[in-house]
Amino acid sequence: MSPVLADVLQVSALVVALALVHRPLGDHMAAVFSSGKHLRVEKWIYRAVGANPNADMRWPAYMRAVLAFSAVSVLFLYLLMRVQDRLPLSLGFDAISPDQAFNTAVSFTSNTNWQSYAGESAMSHLTQTGGLAVQNFASAAAGIAVAIALVRGFARSRTGELGNFWADLVRGVVRILIPISVIAAVLLVATGAIQNFAGVHEITTLTGQTQSISPGAVASQEAIKDLGTNGGGYFNANSSHPFENPNGFSNLLTIFLLLVIPFSLPRTFGTMVGSVKQGYAIVAVMASVWFVGVVLVTWIEYAHPGSASQLAGGAMEGKEQRFGEGSSSLFAVSTTMTSTGSVNSFHDSYSGLSGGVLLLGMMLGEIAPGGVGSGLYGMLIMAVIAVFVAGLMVGRTPEYLGKKIGTREIKLAACSLLVTPALVLTGTALAMATGNGESSMTNTGAHGFSEVLYAYTSASNNNGSAFAGFTADTAYHNTALGLCMALGRFLPMVFVLALAGSLAEQRPVPAGAGTLRTEKPLFSGLLIGTIMIITGLTFFPALALGPLAEGLAA
Amino acid sequence: MNNSVVNTGRVLGAALRMLLVLTVITGIAYPLAVTGVAQGLLPDQANGSIVRVEGKDVGSALVGQTWNIDGTDEPDPMWFQPRPSNSDYDPLATGSGQLGASDAVLTRTVADRKKAVAAFNGVPASEVPKDAVTGSGSAIDPHISPAYAHLQVQRIAEANGLTARQVTALVQRHTEGRTAGFLGQPHVNVLRLNLALKNLATG
Repeated sequence: MSPVLADVLQVSALVVALALVHRPLGDHMAAVFSSGKHLRVEKWIYRAVGANPNADMRWPAYMRAVLAFSAVSVLFLYLLMRVQDRLPLSLGFDAISPDQAFNTAVSFTSNTNWQSYAGESAMSHLTQTGGLAVQNFASAAAGIAVAIALVRGFARSRTGELGNFWADLVRGVVRILIPISVIAAVLLVATGAIQNFAGVHEITTLTGQTQSISPGAVASQEAIKDLGTNGGGYFNANSSHPFENPNGFSNLLTIFLLLVIPFSLPRTFGTMVGSVKQGYAIVAVMASVWFVGVVLVTWIEYAHPGSASQLAGGAMEGKEQRFGEGSSSLFAVSTTMTSTGSVNSFHDSYSGLSGGVLLLGMMLGEIAPGGVGSGLYGMLIMAVIAVFVAGLMVGRTPEYLGKKIGTREIKLAACSLLVTPALVLTGTALAMATGNGESSMTNTGAHGFSEVLYAYTSASNNNGSAFAGFTADTAYHNTALGLCMALGRFLPMVFVLALAGSLAEQRPVPAGAGTLRTEKPLFSGLLIGTIMIITGLTFFPALALGPLAEGLAA
Repeated sequence: MNNSVVNTGRVLGAALRMLLVLTVITGIAYPLAVTGVAQGLLPDQANGSIVRVEGKDVGSALVGQTWNIDGTDEPDPMWFQPRPSNSDYDPLATGSGQLGASDAVLTRTVADRKKAVAAFNGVPASEVPKDAVTGSGSAIDPHISPAYAHLQVQRIAEANGLTARQVTALVQRHTEGRTAGFLGQPHVNVLRLNLALKNLATG
């Protein structure tokens, strides 16, 4: 079979699988977040926590709960890493330094999973499974909860109440994330991913060398790492490590996992606002952008521009033989357009232009399809902006899903939209101006700049992947990137919840002859245009200095 | 004390308790349950797909190794050679070299590797496949391309006193296609191939 045909079949299989699953999963999620019933285990949790799951929260209360939970999580993770050497299952590793512990704690709590450490030589069993992996569930469920709160803002009227954060968090974990993770983890073990709590296994090879085989509860972490669009690998090599991603099937399963919730949530959204077509208009935008990215990167990687790839006869630097260019490109686009950031090949060694597409995928705000929850609320913010733009063009007050987009709403949407570009551009500029960017580069010239730009883009958008030549473990970058991750995650959440509260208080306006039909292809097209223009205008100069300069020179 | 301080304290308390409960469920119960199932049903895979020869562990089928002359960094002509590695196949230091596709240093490295592989196998540089001159992502890639395996046949045959036809047949037997016919790309497991080679040469 030719490589191109194999890749076409692979993408087709993925799309068919997602199409088959989005409906039952999307409906299931809508039911989970609309149900008045609590499972027995959930009742037990609420009792242990002392929270009343039936108390509806207005947006300030919902926000306080999200922020309190995240703050406590950061602190807990920080302490766990600072004393891991004195706790059980330490594997003999030292405590993590203060700046790296801060960076990592924020990273996992904000669903970023940026890693300035190498897992196999830094983090104890207890830190990985009892600390970091917990946030893989919790931060993902928190993201879904905020998205659901925004959907309720559209769906509810004259109340201002957005639901109960504790109930949303617990249901996300118990009824969505854990069941899928268990199945996926067992499937991953079947392909060869490891799952043990042993020590390092020393073996002697046939040539008399000793080799240390790494242990770990890898499959269980791998499943939620991708399902929750987290991305933090058990090992430094992440999903290129054969113990995380042993073969072509595990690779496709991994890609499926990281796309399945983000691509199903628009169905949940459509169901909850009473028109699944509204959800399909959103998912069409997500899928189109993702698909164009996949085609572009795959095509460029097969064409392998760049002097080193040209001489080698292919773009296999940083890629695994069992995957090759096609399966690696599909993974790379899917991981950067969600907020996952796990990698099965190293983006730093992609050709200049492919690296640019991957960067652009994150700069879009990770909305195609984006992280679990964050992708949906990011896209809905864009939809609000698109409706507003359309309203300006025809000169009438814009409305979306029966809610007026007035001054307050558009201010909140715009604030939410501006956070990450501000962080990316000022973060990169500061790093370059202070010399901290240059001293962390592995590559030189335009590609070196791309490493810095990629780091701040990845952190601010909560992706977590890297041009990994970038030396991230310095006090400066641990601190600056930590701040980018925290602000890039929680500031938009605050604006989104405020917007949700404002929408939920409104009385619905009936659709009239002049109402923009947001369930039609015309609107999807307008939305794509809005996204491209906003992102293009914001980031084109920065992209021109990095990947475009490198790509056009090659 | 005013109301908002009490309220904030109450929310933080609930948040801490929620985190502890979730830690028990997702940080302890979940990985232990998966480990239990994995160790019960799929112990080989769960423990690293360890390969044994005469009762002794000689490696993992999923972790590449070096095949050098004992005590040196020189590749041993007796064995099939793996891809270049950023960490000499040390599983405790995984990850690739991270140089860009148009980087001058990487271009020189590829040129040097190409020359070395061609000379080592006695073939023209134009025949050297891409995986033989590029570092893998994990630095412990257990596989090489079928093309790279076939490139090494003549040298292997001479070094082990076998015929090229025998070694070619061996490579063909150990060539694995794409998973399920269309996922990933064809590959050859170097450890398994070398084990079979050892049996063939000593048998």
